Amino acid sequence: MTDAERFDAHVAAEGKVEPKDWMPDAYRKTLVRQISQHAHSEIIGMQPEGNWLTRAPSLRRKAILLAKVQDEAGHGLYLYAAAETLGTSRDQMVDDLIAGKAKYSSIFNYPTPTWADIGAIGWLVDGAAIMNQVPLCRCSYGPYARAMKRICKEESFHQRQGYDILVSLCRGSDRQKQMAQDALDRWWWPSLMMFGPNDDASPNSAQSMKWRIKRFSNDELRQRFVDATVPQAHFLGLRIPDDELRYDDTAGHWRFGEPDWEEFHRVLAGDGPMNAHRIEHRRRARDDGQWVLDAASAHAAKRRRPAA
Amino acid sequence: MQLWEVFVRARAGLHHQHVGSIHAVDAEMALGNARDVFTRRGEAASIWVVPSTAIVASDPADAAELFEPAMDKVYRHPTFYEVPDGVTNL
Amino acid sequence: MASPISDQIDAVADACFIASHRLTQWVSNAPTMEEDVAIGNIALDLLGQARGLFATLGDEDQLAYFRDAQDWHHPAICELPNGDFGHTMLRQFFVDVWLGQVWPGLATSSDRPVRGVAEKAIKENAYHLRHSSSWVVRLGDGTDESHHRMRSALDDLWPHVGEFASDGWVTAVSRTLIDATLIDATRPLPRAEEVPRREPAHLVELLAAMQALAREHPGATW
Repeated sequence: MTDAERFDAHVAAEGKVEPKDWMPDAYRKTLVRQISQHAHSEIIGMQPEGNWLTRAPSLRRKAILLAKVQDEAGHGLYLYAAAETLGTSRDQMVDDLIAGKAKYSSIFNYPTPTWADIGAIGWLVDGAAIMNQVPLCRCSYGPYARAMKRICKEESFHQRQGYDILVSLCRGSDRQKQMAQDALDRWWWPSLMMFGPNDDASPNSAQSMKWRIKRFSNDELRQRFVDATVPQAHFLGLRIPDDELRYDDTAGHWRFGEPDWEEFHRVLAGDGPMNAHRIEHRRRARDDGQWVLDAASAHAAKRRRPAA
Repeated sequence: MQLWEVFVRARAGLHHQHVGSIHAVDAEMALGNARDVFTRRGEAASIWVVPSTAIVASDPADAAELFEPAMDKVYRHPTFYEVPDGVTNL
Repeated sequence: MASPISDQIDAVADACFIASHRLTQWVSNAPTMEEDVAIGNIALDLLGQARGLFATLGDEDQLAYFRDAQDWHHPAICELPNGDFGHTMLRQFFVDVWLGQVWPGLATSSDRPVRGVAEKAIKENAYHLRHSSSWVVRLGDGTDESHHRMRSALDDLWPHVGEFASDGWVTAVSRTLIDATLIDATRPLPRAEEVPRREPAHLVELLAAMQALAREHPGATW
């Protein structure tokens, strides 16, 4: 047996892979790409919500949102740490992000003009993320699976707090309810796109499934999300902006229309409403913080006691 | 910034357990960062931080010679022994 | 400070709230991602302290969202714009030292809820102080650039400390500023002057953004 065959057999039998184990280059590359994209998504994902930290309409909401945005930084860090075990430094990954060489979830390239968007992000975006993430807790790569377990546990409140915002809005004044409907209209389709292209247009999926990085196909997860979410929208008394949406009694699933994949690819390629802004924000944080890092390192070097 | 491994003891009586890594310039910052990143929900009674470079790890290629010799010493486990019927407290 | 305890509760509640708000503006902008999390923790603690005291004074959202600038009681230094990271850390350090000297008094309050908030805050404050003072020392005694930046932060902030600069406070901050090489025998701290009541332009701006949505929907539940 070659190393590669042994590796494939090991993961096919649900064996786990740890940082120093032999692994195919393509496996390592796939993981660095996926984990760093995931980390970038957490870090970029702080921005659309962070934008409301100073404007949240009640102190209770302000505290919850702060805890949530802070969690996202923490989750980004867990993920960068997991990716670093594969031999790529966080600095390198962040440089790639800022240089536009790395991707992140394109959902964060949409703006958050109203408070209801904060509800919609928690409910839909975190809801979709959770669908994607739960199976990753069993990913073959140990550090990624462990980070995901921690993240899933911590994120369980994120979706609920978002839905809770919308429950309050929908029980409130007509203007509040309209705000909630507008937010759903804005976020519904981008949320469905979070699961990625249709299965027949997703070239890397089969290999990722074989390596036990991925467990379910994009379309399976999307269907699961729609099935879970439609009744929640109905409870809120909101209308999902899809004329083709109908319940298929025989199959027991909600049937839905096709997302605008052209828009998906356009936003992914960098041409969404907020792409440039998001990257610029990250670049500014890195560059403006450089003097602080330099000073901290210089200070540590000065105070480092000589080795005993 | 240096890479530090973080170990957390959830409460007295338990082992410290590896939870991940953080970046810091010195031990003090490493402890602070570990506290902020890994114990936001009251997960810790104690934290260790160790420069990642200070960890000496076994080579997976040596796993066979290091660990397999222990596999066949079945007599080290109590289940190896048959306890005669009627004998208790053994 | 000799102010009666109820005035002090107002001042501390507002100080915690405004300081938290300013720190919040760093989240996603901090020099490191670890620091995003650290600052978030501190901002959350301070917000919790403010809410704890607001609850003893009335309705927290009324107090936060429907009070105009002239009705706030925090030391003006809390509301100053963040400046660079060193500026924020030095300001926070000054506030943390002050709060560290105020909370123990509130922890002996006859008002049980106030006492509860203060007892918890004493522990939180100890950590905040460790965080802000470490940064002041690191940046003061870091590179030439950082030292220079911290010197100008000190020059900017010092005229605003008069509202709470007791002798004990000056002694406490001096120790750290010496360690940070920002002051020494040849370059001592100037006397902290009691400042006249401020022009609250920064606070007006801060509140305008913070209160806008709540005021647009009076009586709404969120």
